[in-house]
Amino acid sequence: MQLTVWTYEGPPHVGAMRVATGMEGLHYVLHAPQGDTYADLLFTMIERRDRRPPVTYTTFSARDLGGDTAELFKAAAQNAFDRFQPQAMLVGASCTGSLIQDDPGGLARALDLPIPVVAVDLPAYQRKENWGAAETFYQLVRALAGPSAPAPGASRPERAAGVRARCNLLGPTALGFRHRDDIVEITSLLTKLGVDVNVTAPMGANPADIARLGEADFNVVLYPEIAGQAASWLQRTFGQPFTKTVPIGVSATREFVAEVAKLAGVDASATLASASTRLPWYSRSVDSTYLTGKRVFIFGDATHAVAAARIASDELGFKVVGLGTYSREFGREIRDAAKRYDVEPLITDDYLEVEAKVAELQPELVLGTQMERHIAKRLGVPCAVISAPVHVQDFPARYAPQMGFEGANVIFDTWVHPLMMGLEEHLLAMFKDDFEFMDGAVPSHLGAGHQAADAAKPVRPVELVPAATLAGVTWAADAEKELYKIPFFVRGKARRNTERFANENGVATITIETLYDAKAHYAR
Amino acid sequence: MNVHVQGCIVSVDGAPKPVLRESGQREVFCGLTGIVWLHRKIQDAFFLVVGSRTCAHLIQSAAGVMIFAEPRFATAIMEEKDLAGLTDANDELDRIVAQLIARRPEIRLLFLVGSCPSEVIKLDLSRAALRLSQTFSPAVRILNYSGSGIETTFTQGEDACLASLVPAAPPTRTSEDQLLIVGSLADVIEDQFIRLFDALGIGRVQFLPPRKASALPAIGPNTRFLLAQPFLAETARALEDRGAVRLVAPFPLGVEGTTAWLRAAADAFGVAPALFETVTQPHRIRAERALVRYRDQLDGRSIFLFPDSQLEIPLARFLSRELSMRLVEVGTPYLHREHLAEELRLLPDDVVLSEGQDVDLQLDRCRMARPDLVVCGLGLANPLEAEGMTTKWSIELVFTPIQGYEQAADLAELFARPLVRRAKLVA
Repeated sequence: MQLTVWTYEGPPHVGAMRVATGMEGLHYVLHAPQGDTYADLLFTMIERRDRRPPVTYTTFSARDLGGDTAELFKAAAQNAFDRFQPQAMLVGASCTGSLIQDDPGGLARALDLPIPVVAVDLPAYQRKENWGAAETFYQLVRALAGPSAPAPGASRPERAAGVRARCNLLGPTALGFRHRDDIVEITSLLTKLGVDVNVTAPMGANPADIARLGEADFNVVLYPEIAGQAASWLQRTFGQPFTKTVPIGVSATREFVAEVAKLAGVDASATLASASTRLPWYSRSVDSTYLTGKRVFIFGDATHAVAAARIASDELGFKVVGLGTYSREFGREIRDAAKRYDVEPLITDDYLEVEAKVAELQPELVLGTQMERHIAKRLGVPCAVISAPVHVQDFPARYAPQMGFEGANVIFDTWVHPLMMGLEEHLLAMFKDDFEFMDGAVPSHLGAGHQAADAAKPVRPVELVPAATLAGVTWAADAEKELYKIPFFVRGKARRNTERFANENGVATITIETLYDAKAHYAR
Repeated sequence: MNVHVQGCIVSVDGAPKPVLRESGQREVFCGLTGIVWLHRKIQDAFFLVVGSRTCAHLIQSAAGVMIFAEPRFATAIMEEKDLAGLTDANDELDRIVAQLIARRPEIRLLFLVGSCPSEVIKLDLSRAALRLSQTFSPAVRILNYSGSGIETTFTQGEDACLASLVPAAPPTRTSEDQLLIVGSLADVIEDQFIRLFDALGIGRVQFLPPRKASALPAIGPNTRFLLAQPFLAETARALEDRGAVRLVAPFPLGVEGTTAWLRAAADAFGVAPALFETVTQPHRIRAERALVRYRDQLDGRSIFLFPDSQLEIPLARFLSRELSMRLVEVGTPYLHREHLAEELRLLPDDVVLSEGQDVDLQLDRCRMARPDLVVCGLGLANPLEAEGMTTKWSIELVFTPIQGYEQAADLAELFARPLVRRAKLVA
């Protein structure tokens, strides 16, 4: 068993639902107990969809367990077909459904429906949501596009002269972080390059579209966590190469454009020259100077975390002090990136481990998921969201891509917003006892909405008693008082550095002098 | 009065009311969802679900929009090795509970909450709770209940939770009759009821659940209890097993329901009718006056209630009798004929009641009827709105102060609001 306060991913059948709900003309019959229909709310409320997800649940209850749950499943599948008339059907079981060992695939085959029925076997006690989405998409692609595959060994015919290159956009699903707008942004970028989109899938595609995937010249993999497996199969089966660069951030988008241009045999120079992104100028303008070296901790799915680290370090001038992912399948990508920033990679799906790491590193900004918001609130650190899991506020009405050149604009605003603004930061370091602008208070531009109910008391985050005050080191009272003159957002770091310095130099009691010796030693 | 069920006719004092009983796909929550409000009600309790990643995902999807510095619930997620019997589930639980209590030393009460997976593999959490209680008492008391979907629907999770508290409650010390109010109520409503009972001369009123686990009410044969919520079948049975006596009453929704509910207590405690009249009259008049505006907005409008929380029948009674709405269909996940007898008696004779659900067939009926207002869960609300219907999402009725005199108009407003909004929006 694993103690889980928050889980970064849902169970794998939720991944399958994300694929089914993103698509059209596909229905998913899920062997699941009463109550598992909560997942509908992810789509109708969090993503605000205006239709019920195309999912039929058997919703068995305790009294059914004594009876024939297999019959129950068959009836549900037959009813779903009769009522919704899908082009294809997915069948599977949720975590409890898998324990009662009915065989949804076999039962659905016995119904002999006149449409393709794809059984997805998702090990609910080993795997998670993204894996479930990837596996479901892969099985669907195999089942639906497989029949039109060329003979093994046959090479792709050359594209006729004058015909525009075509690619598929692979990976966007329902409930994906900013997938809706990333599709728009990348489609328009490709169009500028002179590349047409053949099929975008799973999002917006129907089973007939999936069957046409092989007609494209190459594939664009937007979200490797979901489309990597399907893209590899398409490469083996149809000889379609696929893109490796994920276009999040200015440099990554430029690289992506070059990569696509090479695959499509087009010239990218005009597109690159006309790229309208404000991030570079915003980041160069003097107002951003105070962002230099801000210590940032990054966590999320592998794709977004790696992209965020690159933007943070190279495009905003932050210092990456921690980098991690919950996507165990993508540990290698994170380890490689961590080497680049000389940090210890954190590969875990244990929220408590992430929390401990953030407390230890004492960053000035956390870039993470909805879960890191909880951590950041507890530790009083500014936070911005870069990756799923997210909640309703991260499915905004406005255009808000992460990818491409407009995505970079969105990212600049989002990440800088929670930080205290430069002037306020300066004044706080100079004058600590202001009745309104207090030490540790929430930045004033974040407004009263962030104040505690008692408006007279500004929100003060808990000052963590350092979990690991190094053994044998104590603080003299006046030194501790001096420590409190250091601005709140860097105080934790100063405390740790001073203790480490004292320890390494055999100082038993930290005095004011030790504090400043350490400051000079670690001079930022 | 007598209640008996014939096939699917509920007959109350001779007025038969047909009940449509359906089984099929049910679009409802499981009992784990109760944790979302129970963790706020009992402030020093912690809820540890023993289940799968699905269970963890459910709770955080519901509650995770709030940002918690210190969440008061968690899930012990079972893994492959737990199912294969490679690890001893009890050792694992011990390890996790120790880890949890070390992290949160202020916890006084820990619920081990069963789920579908833990029930299907027959993990005995009640014995685990006993064993762990011996380890951690007196600092932490450990109890167990099941919130699994195969056994419980939505608010039945609260029922199971409160039922588990009953054996842990101390015995009453006096021989005087004690009044106990059962069911989670908003703090403000508890305070209102305390003042009303006080004015009626009914002394020390206690509540289950209490706001602090350390303050469990005493229970004994001299306990008279009023159910404040209609979904407390198990809790009532557990109280009766300890000799407590249920006072027969409708539920305190609206002016009529609140008055009858208070009167049941007043009669049981020998309050003079004149005093009852004096105490309640100003409240009744004020509440009725507040209701007028909403009656104007809701009079004659038709309403269709999908099953969700078991609050549907008392709500339908309030909506039809005090706001003059027309009931198209009143669905409930479970119909406790005895606890709801007083409510059923007050419903119009031609009402269509349904118990259980086949969601697609029920949606067909709803679309056919085109009611002015549909009360349904959040899985259906936006899709029905997109079809041009006006909906009131039902979960809000569990999360909002709706009981008692002062909230009667607030309750009415919850139903008027979507209709007002629909009329307002032009874009």
